[in-house]
Amino acid sequence: MSTSDSDASTTITFVLNDPPYENARSTTAFRLIDSALRRGFNVNVFAYEGAVALPFARQTPHANAVHGHDAAAEDHPNTKDWVAALLAEAAERKVKLDWVNCGLCVDERGVAEAIPGTRRGSPADLLRFSEGSRSTLVIPTR
Amino acid sequence: MAESILSIVETAYRATLEEQDDPIVWLAHSLRASGAATHLLLRGNAVNYGVRDQDASGLRFGARVQTQPPRLDRDLKALIDKGGEVLYVQEDAAVRGIQPDELIPGLRSVRTSELPALFRRFDRVWHW
Amino acid sequence: MASYLLIESRDPFESNDVRYFYELAASLARAENDVTLFLVQNAVLAARAGEHASWFADLGKAGVRVLADDFSLRERGIAKARLSDGVTPAGVEAIVDRLGSGARALWH
Repeated sequence: MSTSDSDASTTITFVLNDPPYENARSTTAFRLIDSALRRGFNVNVFAYEGAVALPFARQTPHANAVHGHDAAAEDHPNTKDWVAALLAEAAERKVKLDWVNCGLCVDERGVAEAIPGTRRGSPADLLRFSEGSRSTLVIPTR
Repeated sequence: MAESILSIVETAYRATLEEQDDPIVWLAHSLRASGAATHLLLRGNAVNYGVRDQDASGLRFGARVQTQPPRLDRDLKALIDKGGEVLYVQEDAAVRGIQPDELIPGLRSVRTSELPALFRRFDRVWHW
Repeated sequence: MASYLLIESRDPFESNDVRYFYELAASLARAENDVTLFLVQNAVLAARAGEHASWFADLGKAGVRVLADDFSLRERGIAKARLSDGVTPAGVEAIVDRLGSGARALWH
């Protein structure tokens, strides 16, 4: 399998469940999305449960006194920054990254302010994603 | 024909009190309402979802009472009533001492060795 | 014959439920499916050769291809020379390409 085998119309769907800063699964998910975009796939992300907080616009970085760093020196990316970077990567490579946050999960967590480029949706979006994708990978939470 | 989806649920009671249901069982209902043919396989400690007479009522913090506790057995029965299959892994129930007559009607057991053949029956298999 | 990609993220020494997933991989392979088991995150802690190395040898005999995430290995200081026979380092591209080819993917 090689990049040349990927077709720009081939779509992969990822279903994410974990909130930020709780588990390694979030970073692995970002690595997978990044790799898929770089290999020319279109990507759908259905953020369910705590994962709807990944693109929450009000995240802010912080200093790290243990490391002896102020906020600038620590340069700690919030997960929203990684999501924004992935959206920009997709745009640059002219492939699609469609990030949907499950609306009821957003409401109960109070994280409606998501970064631009993501959108609110419902399980009906997950079904559409699944039906239009070559494969769907659910990354479950525990 | 509607896409058939088998969702494997293995972690029980993860957020059920806060959500007042199991998020994956709920999702199976919601996807079915959108036209998918959703089915469930309970494994690991999630086999306990099929047990009759679960009672999570009475949660109260200060003056705030939970009036709609989760009713997981009810939610599984409702999925069966809508035409969904709800299966459970026989060995996982047995090792936990769950007897078949303790389960709600309509569940079907499957042995671990039968999973490859079971997976073939569905368009999608999602492991939660 | 279908193509299956089983992604194990958990350490088998932390959770004995991981052996269920290894056995599922073997079972799917015995049922004549093309099966890849990809170890990621703490699951790679099992990839270091040791007394348990037979687990992966057995998977190989069953026809399962076992890969370990090279980033997760490096993150945990596990050199390639220390891996069990039958475990091959790979990048997450190995997951992505299989998804793009329509593999049925299960994450544990």
